[in-house]
Amino acid sequence: MPLSPYPTNAERIRVAALWFWCVLVLIFLVVPIFVPVPLSFNSGSFFTFPLAGLSTRWYEVVLGTPRWRAAIGNSLLIGLGATVLATFLGTLTAIGLSDPKFPARRFVVPLLISPLIVPVVVTAVGTYLFYARIGLANTYVGIILAHTVLASPFVVVTVGASLSGFDRNLMRATSILGAKPLTGFLRVMLPLILPGVLSGAAFAFVTSFDEVVVAQFLANAQQRTLPLEMFTGLREQLSPAITAAATLMMGLSILLLIVANLLARRSRQNAGALAE
Amino acid sequence: MSSIAMPTSRATISAKDHRDSLRPLALAAPLLLLLLFSFGAPIVALLSRAVYEPTIANALPNTVAALRLDNAAGVPAEPVFVALAADLKQAQAAGGIYEFAKTLNARLPGARSQMLRVARLAGQDPKPTKEAMIKAAPLLGEEQSWTAIRTGTNRFTSFFLLSAFDLRWTDQGTIGAVSADQAVFTRVFGRTFLIATLVTLATLALAFPLAYVMTNVRPVIAGIVLVLVLLPFWTSILVRTAAWTVILQKYGLLNDLLLWLGMTSDRLELMYSRTGLIIAMTHIQLPFTLLPIYSVMRSVQPSQLRAAQSLGGRPFTVFRRVYLPQVMPGVLAGCLLTFILCLGYYITPVLIGGASDQLISNFIANYVNVELNWEMAAALSFVLLASTLGLYVVMTRYLGLDLFKMG
Repeated sequence: MPLSPYPTNAERIRVAALWFWCVLVLIFLVVPIFVPVPLSFNSGSFFTFPLAGLSTRWYEVVLGTPRWRAAIGNSLLIGLGATVLATFLGTLTAIGLSDPKFPARRFVVPLLISPLIVPVVVTAVGTYLFYARIGLANTYVGIILAHTVLASPFVVVTVGASLSGFDRNLMRATSILGAKPLTGFLRVMLPLILPGVLSGAAFAFVTSFDEVVVAQFLANAQQRTLPLEMFTGLREQLSPAITAAATLMMGLSILLLIVANLLARRSRQNAGALAE
Repeated sequence: MSSIAMPTSRATISAKDHRDSLRPLALAAPLLLLLLFSFGAPIVALLSRAVYEPTIANALPNTVAALRLDNAAGVPAEPVFVALAADLKQAQAAGGIYEFAKTLNARLPGARSQMLRVARLAGQDPKPTKEAMIKAAPLLGEEQSWTAIRTGTNRFTSFFLLSAFDLRWTDQGTIGAVSADQAVFTRVFGRTFLIATLVTLATLALAFPLAYVMTNVRPVIAGIVLVLVLLPFWTSILVRTAAWTVILQKYGLLNDLLLWLGMTSDRLELMYSRTGLIIAMTHIQLPFTLLPIYSVMRSVQPSQLRAAQSLGGRPFTVFRRVYLPQVMPGVLAGCLLTFILCLGYYITPVLIGGASDQLISNFIANYVNVELNWEMAAALSFVLLASTLGLYVVMTRYLGLDLFKMG
């Protein structure tokens, strides 16, 4: 924060106070999310600092016991299912939306975004009620479809962003050169927007992998996911295994989202380079 | 020739336009259909439960017919009781009696056990008389019970939506308040709005100065700070709530810190308290408030501020008259976004809030999981959804916050 050319003492104090406040805010933002990390390597079974000693026993619990392993397996299965569906449907939708002739855009876009705005309990309870009637409650298909709904807005948004710089004349060129629309899509459009698509897929996976409320209502004992296992653990008996699970989940989310953002940036650069 | 060709060619053009706009729509159709099936239909199914409640009407077909003949208000005559006995006997045999008794109990507290008793009586020979039935279920001798049954036989009902606001139809046919011991929901909504307001103000107090500094430092530092803001943003709410349950423990990090700073002499009970809940929610929502403010602040021209200053404006005046009006849309958008998201909080209040800090979503889940009262869950969902979507429309229409451009 630059001072004015001839700062008064009052100004110096104001700027120093502002800096001090911002450092406190950053500490408040960042420190809490890393607190579980050292605790997950604690050899004792309490949540307190200082640590009793270092060990990986809680990771052995999370990665070794059948209950946790089943939960991780379910999370991966559901996450992959929802990612594939959301990425496929979301990419198609984004391509449709990128056409200036798309009808009733004013109504369709808010509708596509609405799963992010509707309180998740309302979505979860409604889905449970509706799926119970048609026999989809307590099925993997049901949870995957529900997660696809929650994840699709992220794909539409990221792919839409990478398409905003896409030159539609390229597609016209492919058809003039005699390519079928599908060939043109696969050989020209997809390679150019691929970073955006992969980035959307990463967002979709993280959305499903972190989701707990819908899973709580739709899953039965066989379909318990990793976040659901954590949620139950936090409600019932607090064990340091939860800090290990939290660390694993956080690590995976942050890793995937960093990759997603790098990809999204590259896709914008791709588009920019082509436009020039 | 050309006069005939004209309309044809215009028709082809408009048909072509139509086809052109259908092709992009067709690409979006699969996702829109999925949303309709797995998002729209469930919400409609849920909300319809708030106004459509056929259980009582289905359980009492004969009574409904008899009541139609017996026009007088108040406790009806013998034929209605005969019909009721027949209906209850039938419901007892078919197994629908518990559902019926539970549904009636929601409108007529205490009716559940009395109805089950009368149903057992109705199953015996000889058929019970009006007197015997009133003896077994004193509620049936009261005028207000029959008002409840009469309104209950209407399949479409405003009962649950009114209950969500602690209102009911009085015996005089007007809308009045429910008795004080049954009035819970206005308090729960009030609490939800209060906590959402407090969290919004707290995030604003933390986010505004930080966003301001971020726009005034070198780009490299601003980039690093942005990553520090995004790291918690990318961590799931559950993981961050788990982190806070660890920090807020009686022997946890925050109490350690407060003791070390000498700010308290005793360890505070922060878990299952409103203070703990607000701290955790503020942490989770901070990036949502900050990012819209930051993006608007970046678009303010520094030259305007310098111009105002060189024209003799004191720093505070420049801030208030030139800077604040320009960043206000971002501030409002960020605050509104956080407020909307706070209204729907579920996970964090369950894990960190106490019994008196449960928000509206927790009551909805409780009505489904514990009380099995779908109608009340639906009515509360309706009010929550209406508040949320109303504010969302305000946010997009008047403030122009585009979620497409965030994160």
